[in-house]
Amino acid sequence: MDPVFMGETFVTLLGGLPLTLKLAGSAVACGGLLALALAAMRLSGSLLLSAPAQAFVFVFRGTPLLVQIFLIYYGLGQFRPVLQEWGIWWFFRDAYWCALLALALNTAAYASEIVRGAVLSVPHGQVEAARACGMGPVTRFRRIVAPIALRQGLPAYSNEIVSMVKATSLASVITLMEVTFLAQKLISQTFRAIEIFVCAGAIYLLLNIVVTRLVVLLEYRLSPHLRAAPREPASAEAAHA
Amino acid sequence: MNSLALMGFGPGGWGGAMVAAAGTTLLLAVLGFSAGAVFGTLAAWARIAGPLPVRLLADGYTTLLRGIPDLLIIYLFYFGGSVALSAIGQAFGAQGFIGMPALATGTIAIGVISGAYQAEVYRGAFGAVPRGQIEAGRSVGMGRLLLFRRIVAPQVLRYAVPGLGNVWQLVLKESALVSVTGLVELLRQSQIGAGSTREPFPFYITAAILYLCITTVSTWGFGRLEARTLRGERRA
Repeated sequence: MDPVFMGETFVTLLGGLPLTLKLAGSAVACGGLLALALAAMRLSGSLLLSAPAQAFVFVFRGTPLLVQIFLIYYGLGQFRPVLQEWGIWWFFRDAYWCALLALALNTAAYASEIVRGAVLSVPHGQVEAARACGMGPVTRFRRIVAPIALRQGLPAYSNEIVSMVKATSLASVITLMEVTFLAQKLISQTFRAIEIFVCAGAIYLLLNIVVTRLVVLLEYRLSPHLRAAPREPASAEAAHA
Repeated sequence: MNSLALMGFGPGGWGGAMVAAAGTTLLLAVLGFSAGAVFGTLAAWARIAGPLPVRLLADGYTTLLRGIPDLLIIYLFYFGGSVALSAIGQAFGAQGFIGMPALATGTIAIGVISGAYQAEVYRGAFGAVPRGQIEAGRSVGMGRLLLFRRIVAPQVLRYAVPGLGNVWQLVLKESALVSVTGLVELLRQSQIGAGSTREPFPFYITAAILYLCITTVSTWGFGRLEARTLRGERRA
């Protein structure tokens, strides 16, 4: 391994980091909102709402993300005249928007199941108690269901964010120059696969470690009731003794 | 040609090629999953019973492989494997570049990736085997291998079925990434068809439907298997 080459590679690959971050961040944000809507549809109790949501989740969880990306980018490109007529061709022409759409729809499908599971995990007694206190549905959701569900779903959601960070690498296949694209280009130019892999892998790994640490921190902040009570300052007692 | 005839089995239809490619996808997934079972078992064993350095190594393997994009790992084995093969070839006097066979690359890459996930599944399942049974086995004088074969392995497999079902779904979807190495599996075949007919939509939608069929049948199969492994358990 050549440290000079590794250093240069690392700097080159960092050039793709902004795009990777932008893709992952936007996909998680848009997908998260969509996931909330999907989960609400599935929990609505109305077949008319829950059936389409269920079908959406089934299709997007049952097919590879790469197929979804190709279907949106290349497959829909076949209907260019129609899309132009509708005035949305600018969106489907651009690899970035297509990748973002595929990532967001994909993560929405997975995240909606996490949200649904988290909401269903809220103990029924707590909801009943809230109702007995005279809380309306909105207050009940805001004060009781949402906080408990958020804490419950957070660990699973952090896995989903990590897998989205990893999934942004698939955007390289439709020519988006993010970290994996640059790594692949470098490898096919220099054939120094291991060194370049180590650099690219380190970038993703660091990114994912930061993500998981942040979520753990948030989880800690959200669960003060699970922590031990703060200990009395020992020094004061020692001084009296 | 309308898209139904395009995907038909008649002359000029791509149906046969697509189904054959789906077969390759399945083969690749089975091979990768099996390789992953070997890696996963070794890693799980190392994490449960290995000496400290081995345990740290296995820990590193599972965390690294789950934090790095799968596509990057496939590139590593694809390009890295070819470089290594060429070097070995040169050592034996062969000239020029030797490419890594795509199916082998895919199998190893998926094996290494799914092994990291399977290790976690096996480790969790091992935790569910009651300690008393292992002690009982030991007390009747079973050796380590016999204990593993008769007591540990059957029960670990039973508890691991739901987790393995998830890993299998992951492997199926990961197999699509191996298309970047040129292996003609379902996605690659669709790309070829889309390129030569200039009608990408029917190909990709067919691929999606075939993937959906495979995952649906697998979900059903694993559900049946799970019900069967639990047939001796008392239901709450």
